[in-house]
Amino acid sequence: MNYQWNWDLLFSEPYAGWLLAGLGWTVALSITGWFIALLLGATVGVARTSSARWVVLLSGFYVSVFRNIPLLLQMFVWFFVVPELLPAKLGLWFKRDLPNPEFWTAVLALAFYTSGRLAELFRAGLQAVPRGQRMAADATGMNPAQALRYVVMPQALRIILPPLTSEFLSIVKNSSLALTIGVLELTAQSRQIENFTFHGFEAFGAATAFYVLVAFVLNLVMVGLQRTLALPVAV
Amino acid sequence: MPMPDYSLIVRNASFLLDGLLLSLTLTLIGVIGGLAVGTALALVRLFTGVIGNYVIDAYVFVFRAIPLILVIFWFYFMVPLILGRPVGAWTSAIVAFTLFEAAYYSEILRAGLRSVRAGQLNAALASGMSRGQALRYVIFPQAFTAMIPIFLTQAIILFQDTSLVFVVSLHDFLTATSIIANRDGRLVEVYTFACLVYYLICLAATAGVEELKRTFAR
Amino acid sequence: MIEFKGVNKYYGAHHVLRDITMTVSRGEVVVVCGPSGSGKSTLIKCVNALEPYQDGKILVDGFDVGSSARSATHLRRRVGMVFQNFELYPHLSVIDNICLAQRIVLKREAEEARERARRLLDRVGLKDKEAVYPTSLSGGQQQRIAIARALALDPEVMLFDEPTSALDPEMINEVLDVMTALAADGMTMMVVTHEMGFARRVASRVVFMDMGEVVEDCPTAEFFDHPQSRSDRAQLFLDKILSH
Repeated sequence: MNYQWNWDLLFSEPYAGWLLAGLGWTVALSITGWFIALLLGATVGVARTSSARWVVLLSGFYVSVFRNIPLLLQMFVWFFVVPELLPAKLGLWFKRDLPNPEFWTAVLALAFYTSGRLAELFRAGLQAVPRGQRMAADATGMNPAQALRYVVMPQALRIILPPLTSEFLSIVKNSSLALTIGVLELTAQSRQIENFTFHGFEAFGAATAFYVLVAFVLNLVMVGLQRTLALPVAV
Repeated sequence: MPMPDYSLIVRNASFLLDGLLLSLTLTLIGVIGGLAVGTALALVRLFTGVIGNYVIDAYVFVFRAIPLILVIFWFYFMVPLILGRPVGAWTSAIVAFTLFEAAYYSEILRAGLRSVRAGQLNAALASGMSRGQALRYVIFPQAFTAMIPIFLTQAIILFQDTSLVFVVSLHDFLTATSIIANRDGRLVEVYTFACLVYYLICLAATAGVEELKRTFAR
Repeated sequence: MIEFKGVNKYYGAHHVLRDITMTVSRGEVVVVCGPSGSGKSTLIKCVNALEPYQDGKILVDGFDVGSSARSATHLRRRVGMVFQNFELYPHLSVIDNICLAQRIVLKREAEEARERARRLLDRVGLKDKEAVYPTSLSGGQQQRIAIARALALDPEVMLFDEPTSALDPEMINEVLDVMTALAADGMTMMVVTHEMGFARRVASRVVFMDMGEVVEDCPTAEFFDHPQSRSDRAQLFLDKILSH
């Protein structure tokens, strides 16, 4: 194998700037998508535990749609198909006037895809809280929303914290798919550097290092959070 | 929006079918290759000391930390460099998927083996079996049933992930639909059709896995 | 205070409550006993609408329990309940457990709720535990806090669903003492329990249930002092439970 190493490349312009910009987009995609996904996922997850049969079926269909179609295809659908199906004016706005249409389309795709997975997580967490807790809340006169907000959900969140963290890592990784509709996030930038310089090891190495760092930090954050939120155990 | 026209799906049926076949082939290779390498990794973990553990932990951690697209790019770039000659996207993709899946499969194996109670290993060792025999005759058979559904679920995820070879222009099912959609300007019809195909395949496969779980539970 | 008028409940084909008719007057302590599966827990859960029933009527202070799901909240403010497994909220400290419903259901001010919670903790003998989390306490302590939590809403009736059956023997009395004091203060109480000593000392009436129906309903003294005039089923049950 014959290869000329050049690590300085990563610190010289324009490549350093490219990487930083890519990093910025990756972070922006992940975090924006994550908050929308949490909101949607929690809502659908609660619906999955409803006592009304049609609500359970409907939310089950939501989950199965977003989980059984590849994310890449979902991204294409949001980008190419949805604007066509919207009312003409809204579709036009989507395609022409929305600032950063590629970014927002990717955020939507990531958010909905992730929400399907989070919904299942929330359902499992809510069902893992003992039924008596809900009953105790009911018995003190709380309405269903209060019982969820103050009694059941805080406990469910503690239960699902570890898988929730790995879902966040997943959305960071999945944000790389945004490159297929033209968002120059981290993986796209490293590919671009490789194309321009043929220094794949350095370019992909830099991207790899960042993703590994994120995973590492997330692991630490999770352990810390678990410790802070852990409930004291009887001695 | 022009009237929907679904006839082009029929007209391009064989092109689409070839794409689907490539997706399924890549899935199968990913499962078999990933399982083989993943088992090797898990065995090394079981039988070697601390250093082997660290190396394999690092392998698993890195592969699980980075996006599959980046893995595909890595091998698309690296495999020809290592072999010293151009090999094409297909070979690189096979290597990428095998090594990527191996990280996930070795974790599933590890969790499956851990799910067998420690008392079982002790009982086997106490009856005079060697460590290898204990694993072969006592631990593996028990871990196996616990792992099969998870392997299959992972295979369904892999089937969806094969669509990512789009980035190196391999003609899998999604790329095939994308080519037709763009060539004929029929994005809505073709992508809707693609969604339906993926949805039905994955739904059926998931239902199959659930049925299998029920059979095992009995 | 509580009136049951021909109450029936079914789980599918299973008839769990059969034509229950009885009354609990204000200030009365009624102990409900019977073999497991006799429907006694289901019965008291019907009183605060935790379990639905299919026909008949339950009135709490003239208020129709089955009238609508919406009114359940209104009803439950006035009926306190204590569960077999305590059901304290593990993610909240002891004082927050007692304050939560006061704040969000009764809309009390934080200071008022705390003040009330501290008085109740003092009353159940756990003044020093307000800052700790429930899981670090013994079962007996947790159940006393659960009683305080229920009392914080100033209920007019208290329901106890086997309050001591999840406890180690040495902790049973500390809970029964709190309940005895509560009865002495004139609280209306309906208690599902196998603690016959408590029943004899505190209850004004004993109700014996079997297979979903009320078999015996008589004054405490009558129930314990004239076993020969009780039904066979009640005698059998008493023999089993008192023989050890």
